[in-house]
Amino acid sequence: MRLLILLLRRELALAWARGGGPLLALGFFAAAVAMLPLSLGPEPARLARVAAGAAWVLLALASLLSLDRMFEPDFEDGALDLLTLGPLPLEAVAALKCLAQWLVTGAPLALAAPIGAIALGAKPAAAPIIAAAAALGGIAFAFLGGAGAALALASRRGGLLIAVIVLPLLTPPVIFGGAAIDNFQSGLPWLTPFSLLAAYALAAAALTPFAMAGACRNAAS
Amino acid sequence: MPQASPDPRVISAVDLDDLAVQRGERILFSKLSARIVAGEAVALTGANGAGKTTLLRVVAGLTAPLTGIVRFEGGGRDLPNEDARREHCHLVGHQDGLKSGRSARAELEFQVRWTGGDRSSALDAAARLGLTRLLNLPVRVLSAGQRRRLALARLIASPRSVWLLDEPLSPLDAESRGLFGQIMGEHLARGGLILAAVHDPLPITSRQIRVGA
Repeated sequence: MRLLILLLRRELALAWARGGGPLLALGFFAAAVAMLPLSLGPEPARLARVAAGAAWVLLALASLLSLDRMFEPDFEDGALDLLTLGPLPLEAVAALKCLAQWLVTGAPLALAAPIGAIALGAKPAAAPIIAAAAALGGIAFAFLGGAGAALALASRRGGLLIAVIVLPLLTPPVIFGGAAIDNFQSGLPWLTPFSLLAAYALAAAALTPFAMAGACRNAAS
Repeated sequence: MPQASPDPRVISAVDLDDLAVQRGERILFSKLSARIVAGEAVALTGANGAGKTTLLRVVAGLTAPLTGIVRFEGGGRDLPNEDARREHCHLVGHQDGLKSGRSARAELEFQVRWTGGDRSSALDAAARLGLTRLLNLPVRVLSAGQRRRLALARLIASPRSVWLLDEPLSPLDAESRGLFGQIMGEHLARGGLILAAVHDPLPITSRQIRVGA
């Protein structure tokens, strides 16, 4: 437990410093939300119809931004060797890295998502479900993104590879989350897509650490 | 001095059995067998690219050998490699894992606590290596020698039996080399093992193993 906290604190500090930490993702999200009306036209009715869905997609993209720095620096400066020779299995290390990534970018984005959606014209009553879906979706994004980042280690142009690996995996949570928010707003049952989103996020958190650890070991050898 | 607590599972010997190692398409070395016992230092020599660093990584379990095995003996039996490496091996190489944006103190404390030491042993080790004054600086501004001393500090601060060192002395000045020689001597006297890839001879009595064809 002491070691988990030790490592989490370090990972949080590193994630915070990585590419501007939460500011990069939040800045991207805010800029994209501000630009959307410029391209779609300012009619409130049209914006309101796409608000929640657009905010949700932008959220997924914003959470991709700093992924390529999740494992790469540790791999290049030898910290991954040190982490491997430590007391916790690499699977736990990888999971903590994703948790730190979520705390630093996913959680702030989950708070920003309802604000962005409401600014675009979503109903304020939908704010809690947008935040909840964003928080759950953020877990899926962080862990799947971590898996992509680990798999892309030791390859040149890893950033491109991460996008290619991760984007298909991000489609299900985007669909489930979008459906949950949309159904909620139009008064349809929203619990089913929301549960699927939760299940997907938990499955990602449970399974990807093994993939990440394997990929890290492979890259180091 | 921070002392190794008497651990019944402390490593008494490392056995390298018929190792062959491949990098890319090339076999770096093969049929390498050696036994390093407690209290002994082994200097790995060989030309650049002979596979000294790779051999250290094989012992640390970071790279898989093409053939052969590494065994860690302790308490009269073979220990599971995974446990032996996680609890009893230090690897210090060129890539020191220090984050240039963080303070020397934060990085030292993390490395030491992660490998089994604590905050006070980290500070003691820093004092011994003359780093106390530098601890509040970011790692980025340290010189190569200061950085290496910072990386070596975890050897003293977290007691582990097996030291795998890759060119430990190269960036150090004469004074630090002498000091580190003394530290290595103390480690051996406590029953530690040292396996070091070197170009210059180690400042302690050591057996030499030549790596490569």
